[in-house]
Formats: sequence, C-alpha cells, structure tokens
Amino acid sequence: MKLNLKIWRQSDASASGKLVDYKVDINPEMSFLEMLDVLNEELARKGEDPVAFDHDCREGICGACSLYINGRPHGPMQTTTCQLHMRHFKDGETIIIEPWRAAAFPLLKDLVVDRSAFDRINHAGGFVSVNTGSAPDANEILIPKTESDEAFNSAACIGCGACVAACKNASAMLFVSAKISHLALLPQGQPERERRAENMVAQMDAEGFGACTNTGACSIECPKGISMSNIALMNRDFIFASLTSKPELKVSEGA
Amino acid sequence: MNWLVNALTSTIGRKVLMALSGLFLILFLVVHLVGNLQLLKSDGGIAFNTYAKFMGHNPLIQTVSILNFVFILTHIFVSLFLTLRNSKARPHGYAYVNNSSTWSSRNMGILGTIILVFLVVHLVNFWGKMKLTDFGIGSYVEHDTTQDYLDLYTTTKAAFQDWWLVLLYVVSMIALAFHLSHGFQSAFRTIGVNHPKYTPFLKGLGLAFSIIVPAGFAIIPVYMFLQG
Ligand code: HEM
Ligand code: FES
Repeated sequence: MKLNLKIWRQSDASASGKLVDYKVDINPEMSFLEMLDVLNEELARKGEDPVAFDHDCREGICGACSLYINGRPHGPMQTTTCQLHMRHFKDGETIIIEPWRAAAFPLLKDLVVDRSAFDRINHAGGFVSVNTGSAPDANEILIPKTESDEAFNSAACIGCGACVAACKNASAMLFVSAKISHLALLPQGQPERERRAENMVAQMDAEGFGACTNTGACSIECPKGISMSNIALMNRDFIFASLTSKPELKVSEGA
Repeated sequence: MNWLVNALTSTIGRKVLMALSGLFLILFLVVHLVGNLQLLKSDGGIAFNTYAKFMGHNPLIQTVSILNFVFILTHIFVSLFLTLRNSKARPHGYAYVNNSSTWSSRNMGILGTIILVFLVVHLVNFWGKMKLTDFGIGSYVEHDTTQDYLDLYTTTKAAFQDWWLVLLYVVSMIALAFHLSHGFQSAFRTIGVNHPKYTPFLKGLGLAFSIIVPAGFAIIPVYMFLQG
C-alpha cells in the first residue's frame, strides 16, 4: 500500500521545525513503527537523516513509543503505536505524524520528547518502602478481589504520556492519579498514602503540566484504558491529605 | 496557614475552588428560578413582588447573596488562573487535532464568558436599577391592610418588551445549559465524589438539571414578550 506521510522534522530542541512530506510503499501487515523503519532505511540509503522516534519493547508494554498520529495519540486504535497496524489505514491515505506537545515534555529531536518529568513525579512518591531481606509470603495480607482488580487496572499504566498528549490542557492528572491509586488501593500503600498524594501532586505542578478540566480525552486515548475514576480518587486523597497530614516531628537526640 | 495556601494554590486546590463555587452557584440557580417563576402567574405581579420584598429584607438571604458575589468572583478569577496555566502547558500546538471529548468540556471558558456578559447586563438592568434608582411604588391589599412594595414586576415586564434583550437571555441560557452539562458532573469528580453506585445517578441528575433549569429561566422573558 502507498501512503503519503507528513512528519514533524526538527534537528534539535532549539531549531525550528516543520512538517515534511514523504511517500512510502509498504505491506499492510506491518506495524506503524515497521512502516517508519522502511522509510528510515530508504532515507539512510539516500544519505539523509533518518526520522528519530522513541521505541523499545514493540510489544505494547514499555510505553516508549509515542507518536501523535492524525490528531490522536497512538493513532486511530486504542493501542500503543508499536501495536498499531497499517491495515487500519487506507491505501493512498495521508498520515500526519507529530510529537507529543507539552511544555513539560521538551522536544529533543523530530518525534522524540523528554518524558523524564514522569520519572521525577514517580520518585516523589510512586513507591512503597519495604524492608530488604527474605521475600514476604505471597497472599500474607488478604486483599478483597474488587480492590485488587481495581488496583491492577490502575497499575496497567505504562507511562507513555498519551494522556498528556491528548489533553487540551497538557495535564498529567490521569498518569499521576493512576500511580497514586494503584498504591492507595492496596494495604501496602497505606503508610505512605498521605505523603504520596501531596508530594506527587506538588511535583506534577512543579513540572508545569496543566490542570484537569475533566474532558476525558486522556482516558479515551489511553492505550491501557485507565479510567477517570483514578482522578477522583487522587483528588480525594489530596484533599484529605492536605486537611489532615501532620508535619514531621523533630525527634530529640535524648539525654 | 501555609499549608492551606499551598493546598489552595495547587492545581487540584484551584480545581476544588472552581467546583465548590460552581456547586454553590448551582444551588443559587434553583432558589432564583423558583422565585422568578412567580412572574408567570397572571396576578398582576403580586406573587413576584411579595417574593422580591421577602428576598430584599431577609437577613439570611442578604448574607447568602453576598456569599454569592464572593463565589462568582472566585469562580471567575480561578478560571482565569487555570486557563492561563493550561495554555502555558502547551506552548506549541498540534498541526491537526482529532478531538474525542465533548464540545462543552473543551469550551467551558467561552461558555463561561457568555454567562459573564449576561450577568453584567442582567445585574445592571435589574439589581443595579433596584438599588440605585426609584422604581414605581406599588401597593396591594392583604388582610385588610395596604402593603407597599417596589414594583419590580412592571419594570421586568417593560424590559422584556425589547426583542434583543429577550434574545440575549435565551442565548445565554443555552450557554448556561452547555456549561452545566459538563460542569455539574465534573464538579463532583473534582471534589473526589465517585462511586459506581452514585455516579451514574449524579450524571443523570446533572443532565436533567442542565436542561430543565436554563429552560425554566429562558421561558420567562419569552412568555412576557409574547404576552406584550
Ligand atoms: C451561574 C453561573 C455559573 C455556574 C452555575 C457555573 C458552574 C460551574 C461548574 C459546576 C463547573 C465545574 C467545576 C469543575 O469542573 O470542577 C464550572 C467550571 C467552569 N466555569 Fe463555571 N459556572 C458559572 C459561571 C461561570 C462564569 C461567569 C465563568 C467565566 C467567566 C465560568 C467559567 C468556568 C470555567 C472556565 C470552568 C472550567 C474550569 C475547570 O474545569 O478547570 N463559569 N462552572
Ligand atoms: S515500544 Fe514499548 S509500548 Fe510501544
């Protein structure tokens, strides 16, 4: 199948970029990234700079791939770009490919943006502290099935940033709320629950993401179908934490 | 008090201010509509004027109406802050966007601005005139005594003989309907209310509210205009 591509090309963060036209002739069974591999091989043969794009697992689990395809993150299907297949496009179609756009995701080159803001948010509280030593028994702590299923749904977030890309406000609240919820729903997440909500929200704000207006575009475009109910849980945790968290006590050294 | 300032200036804190002020305004709309519907009674304005007199003299209502102004200002200023922050969060837009969200949810600012223009015209027209200039004093007889009141009914009726004012009211109420069709349910999510047992009900209630209440407000000027 023949396709017309319009791809955002930008040599580095400070350069000005533009959409550049390309033509490819590919097999409809290819994935979207394989289609770009074909284009890049051709560009390399001609001695041109290949298109830079992020990818790693190509299995839909790592969250590295991140293309804004025809006006939607990860394109027309609810999946990751690496799991999107060319059979979902028509022969002769024009496909516009852009990078994620957000102040908090600075562009590095072409279609590659820096998403380390997500890592810093996770470092601020997206963890539980456990003692090292022998592994605890599985199922030692009982967890109701409904809670564990809900936590598992939240934990399915792969941190690709499609929610930020889709949101008209470039808000990261779906991502942050999924990270807060999957620990808030489990017994292991309770000791650090208040601090987690406060610190992760503070880091999210410091990174310059926008504020949620509940449009729901994030959840519709999320390749893992993360639900908006996570945002309600995050807000609830943040409100309670703000109202009830206590400052850390200064422990005296003793006499 | 540092913690309170930090909480209220965070993105979620500001959203909570939007939601709480919005929910308060929703309550206000109900009270306001119940009163205004007295205008539809064909009793020459007695029911409406009595209601207006009660609202103008009851200390509880007076306190609530001051709160109402505070909440409207909060709602407007916080929405300005959030809108500015949100546009800074995406300095470089996309060449092509294929939206998957509802139109109202993406245009709360525009819808709110239409409501704001309406509010200014509405307040200058009625509240301002009531406070600053003399209305005709009407009277009616109740329990064998004569009661005086400001004749708001006649003023309202006269105002709604202008077709352009009636049109402004109807258009603004359509904007309010769309604002609420998203805002009502959005506010509950913002303050963290979400449960599979109650959220579907709240969504249904929000939809019904956003149709019935603005329609109720819009009927009044149209009815009085047609009545002549
Ligand atoms: C009777 C009048 C009004 C009512 C009942 C009302 C109600 C609401 C409600 C319930 C929300 C949802 C809050 C949330 O999502 O958490 C909202 C959002 C919003 N309102 Fe209003 N509003 C009114 C007037 C206005 C005015 C005059 C403006 C602007 C000048 C405005 C601008 C906005 C904006 C921009 C939002 C979206 C903010 C966000 O979600 O971050 N509204 N409104
Ligand atoms: S490359 Fe890993 S999810 Fe797409």
